[in-house]
Amino acid sequence: MTAANTKLSRTPAGGPGLRGRLSDLSSRHRSIAVIVGMSLVALVLPLIVLLPPFSSFSGQTVWMDGFTIAGIYVLLALGLNVVVGLAGLLDLGYAAFFAIGAYTYALAASPFTGWDLPFWPMLLVGAVVAAIFGILLGAPTLRLRGDYLAIVTLGFGEIVPIVILNSSKYTDGPNGIGGISPPTLLDTRFPTTGNPWPFYLTMLVLIILSMIFIYRLQDSRLGRAWMAIREDELAAAANGVNTVVTKLLAFAIGASTAGLAGVFLASKLQTVTPNLFRFDVSFTVLAMVVLGGMGNVWGVAVGAFIIFMIQSVFLKQLNIFFNNVQVPILSDIDFLQYQFLLYGIALVAMMLLRPEGLFPSRRRRRELHTEEDEVFAEHGDAMGAAPE
Amino acid sequence: MSGQGVTTTTQPSSTSGNGAAGDVVLELRDVHTYYGKIHALQGITLEVREGEIVTLIGSNGAGKTTTLKTISGLLHPRAGTVHFRGRDVSHTPAHKLVRDGISHAPEGRRIFSRLTVMENLQMGAYTRTGREIDENVEHVFSLFPRLAERSGQKGGTLSGGEQQMLAIGRALMARPKVLLLDEPSLGLSPILIQQIFGIIREINAQGTTVLLVEQNAQQALEVADRGYVLQTGRVILADTAANLAANPDVRRAYLGEI
Repeated sequence: MTAANTKLSRTPAGGPGLRGRLSDLSSRHRSIAVIVGMSLVALVLPLIVLLPPFSSFSGQTVWMDGFTIAGIYVLLALGLNVVVGLAGLLDLGYAAFFAIGAYTYALAASPFTGWDLPFWPMLLVGAVVAAIFGILLGAPTLRLRGDYLAIVTLGFGEIVPIVILNSSKYTDGPNGIGGISPPTLLDTRFPTTGNPWPFYLTMLVLIILSMIFIYRLQDSRLGRAWMAIREDELAAAANGVNTVVTKLLAFAIGASTAGLAGVFLASKLQTVTPNLFRFDVSFTVLAMVVLGGMGNVWGVAVGAFIIFMIQSVFLKQLNIFFNNVQVPILSDIDFLQYQFLLYGIALVAMMLLRPEGLFPSRRRRRELHTEEDEVFAEHGDAMGAAPE
Repeated sequence: MSGQGVTTTTQPSSTSGNGAAGDVVLELRDVHTYYGKIHALQGITLEVREGEIVTLIGSNGAGKTTTLKTISGLLHPRAGTVHFRGRDVSHTPAHKLVRDGISHAPEGRRIFSRLTVMENLQMGAYTRTGREIDENVEHVFSLFPRLAERSGQKGGTLSGGEQQMLAIGRALMARPKVLLLDEPSLGLSPILIQQIFGIIREINAQGTTVLLVEQNAQQALEVADRGYVLQTGRVILADTAANLAANPDVRRAYLGEI
C-alpha cells in the first residue's frame, strides 16, 4: 500500500514545540468531540431523510435499514483500520472473521441447531471466537511481511467461505442458516420489519463503543508499538517491542470487531449464507479504509458510511434518475453493475491525487507529503559526508 | 587459525588500558550463528567487562554486525552461549533483553523516520514508564543538545549526523547497562565522527559499558579500552586497544598502512 506514496511535495510543517504539545493535549478532547458529533449526526439522519429530496427516494424505514447495514461496514472498516492502518499489516481476507462472527451467532440462535442463546452475550462470544481465529491465523503467518502476509490472508479469506459451503453437516452449506433469532431487550424482540429504530440504535451504540475503544488503544503503549512496527519492525524489536505479541493483538482486535459485526449481521438479516462473505467484502472494506484515510479512526468510519451509501443508494438513484429523464445513452446504463469499475476509478484517482485518503489522520498526511523534506535532508547529508 | 592476514590469537592479560574495568557483564563462548545455511559466526568467544569500551573491528562480512545481533537477541546462536551478567541469554528475545539492560543501536541507524525526534526517543523508552522517561529525555538532550532543538521535527528530515545522534539517543532511552553501537561513524564527515566518538566516551564515563562495532578501526581503537579483530566469523586477535593499534599486522590490514 505504501508503495503508492510518492512525489507529492508541499509540506505542512510538523508543528514543533508548543504547537505539538497543544495538539497532544487536545487530542483526547478531539476524539470525544468527534464521537459526540458523529452520534448527533447519526441521531439526526433519520429525520433528514424525511425531507426532500431524500424522502422521494424511499421511506424512512428503508433508509434506516440501509443506514444500519452501512453501520456494519463502518464497524468492519474500524476493525480493519487497526490491522492495516495502525499496525501496517495488509489483510486481504478480513471477511473471513466477519463470516466467523455471523456463523457463531447463527449456530447459537437458530432452529438449525435448536439453540436459542441470547443475543447480547453472543455479541461478546462472536467477537472472542473471531479473535481466536485471528490469533490462529496470525501465529504461524505473522513472521511474513508485506506482500507475503497479504497473500496468506487472501487465501484464508477464500478458504473460510468454502469450508462453510462444504461442511453442510454443520452449516447447511449453500442453503445457509435461516430463522436466526433477532435480539431481545426487556423481553421484547426487535421487530424485523416495520420499526427500524432498535437495530439502528444498537448499531450506533456498537460503533460508539468500538470507536472509544480504538481511540484509547491508538493513544496507548500498544498503539505506539503498532506504529513502530509499521515503521520499522527490526528497530521496534531493538527498542523492546515484543513484535509477535503486538502483531497478534492487532490481528485479534481487528478480527473481534469483524466478529461483532458478523453477529449483528446475522441477527439483522436472520439468515446467513456463505456467499455473503466473499472476497468482494474484504475488498470493499479495504477500499473503505484506504479511501476514508488509513489510520484515521473517524475518517475511516465516515468514509465507510459514504462509500456504502454511494454503492447502495446513490447508484440506484442514478439509474432511476436517468431513466426518468430519458437521457440517451445514460439511461441505458445500469450503474449498479459498474460498481466495481467505479471503485477502481475512484481508487486510482485517489492514489494519484490524494493518497492519504479523504480524511487523513494528521500523522499520515505528514507521512505522505514529505518527499521534499527528505530530499533536502539527504542532500544536506551528502554535503556533510566525507569520502572514507 | 584462519590462515590469512593476522594470525596470532592472544587473550589480553590485563583487561583494560585505564584499569577501571570491573566484572564481566557480557560473555560469548564459542558462539555459532547462522543465516539459514550460511555459517556467519564460526565460534566467537569474547568478553566485555563493566565500564569498558570494547570494539570489534574487521572487514566487511567478518561477522561484526551478526555478533551484535546475536548479543541483543535479534538473532540466536545455534551453538555456544551468550551470558549477560552471569545469566545465559542465548535464546532470550530482543525485547526482553532491552528490559534487562542491553540496548542496540542497529546498523544504518534505523530511526523511525516518520515519527518526530521526541516520538523516536519515547519509543526508545518503550520498556520504561512514567517519570523515568522524562528524566531520560533530559539526559539524552544534555548529551545531544541538537536533538532538543529538533524535538518536534520528523526523524527522516534530520541530517545524517543528527540521525546517528538520534539512534544513539534512542538506544540510551532504555537506560542500558551495555550499549551496542553498530557503525556509528558510517557516512559521517570527519568532524561529526570526532563529535560522535567524543559523546561515546562521555556516555561511557557516565557508567554505560559500550560494545562498539566499527570499520573505522583507527577511531575505534583510539576510544576503546580493548578490541577484538574479527575475520570470516572468527576472532583472530584480541588485545588492548593500544596494543592492537601498534600491531603491525593490524596496521597493515585495517589501518591502511603499507
